[in-house]
Amino acid sequence: MHTPSAQPRPSIYYNYQVFKPWLSSQNPPQPKHKVVIVGAGPAGMVTALELARHGVSSVLLSAELQFSQGSRAIVFTRRSMEILQQVGVAHRVTENGLPWRCGNSIYRGQKVFRMETPHDPDDRFFPMINIQQQYLEEYLHDACAANELIDVRWGNKLVKAENIEGGVKAEIDTPEGPYTLDTEWLVAADGGRSEIRSGMNLKLEGASFESIFVIADIRIDLPYPTERLAFFDPDWNRGNTILMHREPHGIWRVDYQLPPGETPEEALRPESLKQRIDAQLKMIGFEGKPWEMDWNSVYSARTLTLPEYVHKRIVFTGDAAHLLPIFGVRGANTAFQDAQSLGWHLAYVVKGHAPEQLMQNHSAERVGAAREIITEAGKSTRFMAPPSRGFRLLRDAVLSLSLTQEFVRPLYHWRTSRPHAYSHSLLNSPCDDNLHFTGGPAVGAPPQNVQLQADDHLLDHLGGGFDLVYVADTQGVPFEITQAVARIQQQGTPLKLTAVSAQATPLKGAHQTLHDPQQRFANRYSVQAGGAYLFRPDQHICARWQQLDAARLQQSLQVACMQ
Amino acid sequence: MNTQATLDIAGLEQVYDALATAIDQAGADKSELFLVKLALLNAKAMGNPQVFEAQIASALQDL
Repeated sequence: MHTPSAQPRPSIYYNYQVFKPWLSSQNPPQPKHKVVIVGAGPAGMVTALELARHGVSSVLLSAELQFSQGSRAIVFTRRSMEILQQVGVAHRVTENGLPWRCGNSIYRGQKVFRMETPHDPDDRFFPMINIQQQYLEEYLHDACAANELIDVRWGNKLVKAENIEGGVKAEIDTPEGPYTLDTEWLVAADGGRSEIRSGMNLKLEGASFESIFVIADIRIDLPYPTERLAFFDPDWNRGNTILMHREPHGIWRVDYQLPPGETPEEALRPESLKQRIDAQLKMIGFEGKPWEMDWNSVYSARTLTLPEYVHKRIVFTGDAAHLLPIFGVRGANTAFQDAQSLGWHLAYVVKGHAPEQLMQNHSAERVGAAREIITEAGKSTRFMAPPSRGFRLLRDAVLSLSLTQEFVRPLYHWRTSRPHAYSHSLLNSPCDDNLHFTGGPAVGAPPQNVQLQADDHLLDHLGGGFDLVYVADTQGVPFEITQAVARIQQQGTPLKLTAVSAQATPLKGAHQTLHDPQQRFANRYSVQAGGAYLFRPDQHICARWQQLDAARLQQSLQVACMQ
Repeated sequence: MNTQATLDIAGLEQVYDALATAIDQAGADKSELFLVKLALLNAKAMGNPQVFEAQIASALQDL
């Protein structure tokens, strides 16, 4: 019997809705499902929404009856917002979130490093935007609940998942006892402490860092803009770091490192929290300013990944697949990329557009991304949470030097989460003009957004399948091309032809025509009339041509679907 | 800067005395931190990570 709490979680600013559990007795007997997703956090919900976009239904299980406790992941990157736009919720984050692009590092009262990430005019979204995770989950859940292909089940806790012939057998516990589900695929999106992962005895590769950090959300009126603040080795917390981030509703995240040896229990005692938060406020000149605690927790930094995400019919994603540092905001932001990739790879296998082998590509690409993150974020982590005496000495030497020496200041760069280039993907075209280009995103790269006109960007129009974006001249799209696209569609591969035109008139044969009066796409993508880019369903580029022809297009789609 | 510059005996004696004095000036608590800072500043002046790593190997010998 699984009895999740029906008490709304406490919060001074967020009203937790308690949902009704899904119970066997109230539902028909269960067929064999296509996909069961365990975990309704950001990774699970984006996976469900992307699967649905590609026409695949899923069952989405949440052990709890309400959204996650506390604000958790609060910073979402530009790429994450592009992915959230694909699943239809970015506008809600934009409405309620706090966009930003600058951060400051302070040592001995001096601002020793300031990073101003540029906001490229071609990007719709800001480099970063802050909103509490409960709101993000609410927006995602609203989209899931409105989608007839997604069956959200609250109060359903997975207790066992077993690979069997042709699928997975799942045992799920509920407030009225357990039931069994048979499914073709099971997505383990059950978070950092994944019981599916531990139940299968899977080992993570990489490093764990000993240092513990407290995160506390307080409501306080501080006159700062939305910029990251990082304080190094302050007087009240010698040798340690403090981060502060602004959230909506007058909430501030205070994040501080604990001295070695202190336990989470000691650190989370209300008196300890109060003493340290008061010390931080005093240091920044706001002693005595009234504040209220909303939520607090502890974390430690880890740079870990499974070496393989696909285990027969069980696929790991998000924190269940990897544990990545808070430095550079790597957790949820990586999960969105995983989920977007998983959504289309799995959908195409389930729908028969590609063989099961395609899932190996998903794993290879995303494990590759995790390893890149571990390398990059590892550097930031060794700076923020030095794991040894040697690293601590180097960090402290840099802090001291940074007061007068410019050359060390770039070491403060926190290396924000970014999308990854799948440069060696098996799905990349063997017959395109990639190497002949002198500009534009290369094959494997994530998309570069383009502002075509006011409030009209390239990525507003792509997604849901493969997108062939063709630069047309006044003659329109050649018949050879529209015929080739139609043939590919008839063979069952979802492909849309988008024509980019300097004129407003829609062009014959194209699914849609993008009016690009200033030829910004051609400039940004370094491509002339007759050329084209082929975007995958996750908008990564898998082929590009300076002069497109039907034969190479056909072959590239076959390679992209491993046919 | 003269890339052929070498450290003659007079120069070595100058460095020797300056470094010893500086270590004393930094004090027991801070001399390690001082030396790491100095190493980074020297690495910047040298501009060659491979040479720096070769120096690390030399300095690790016979400790």
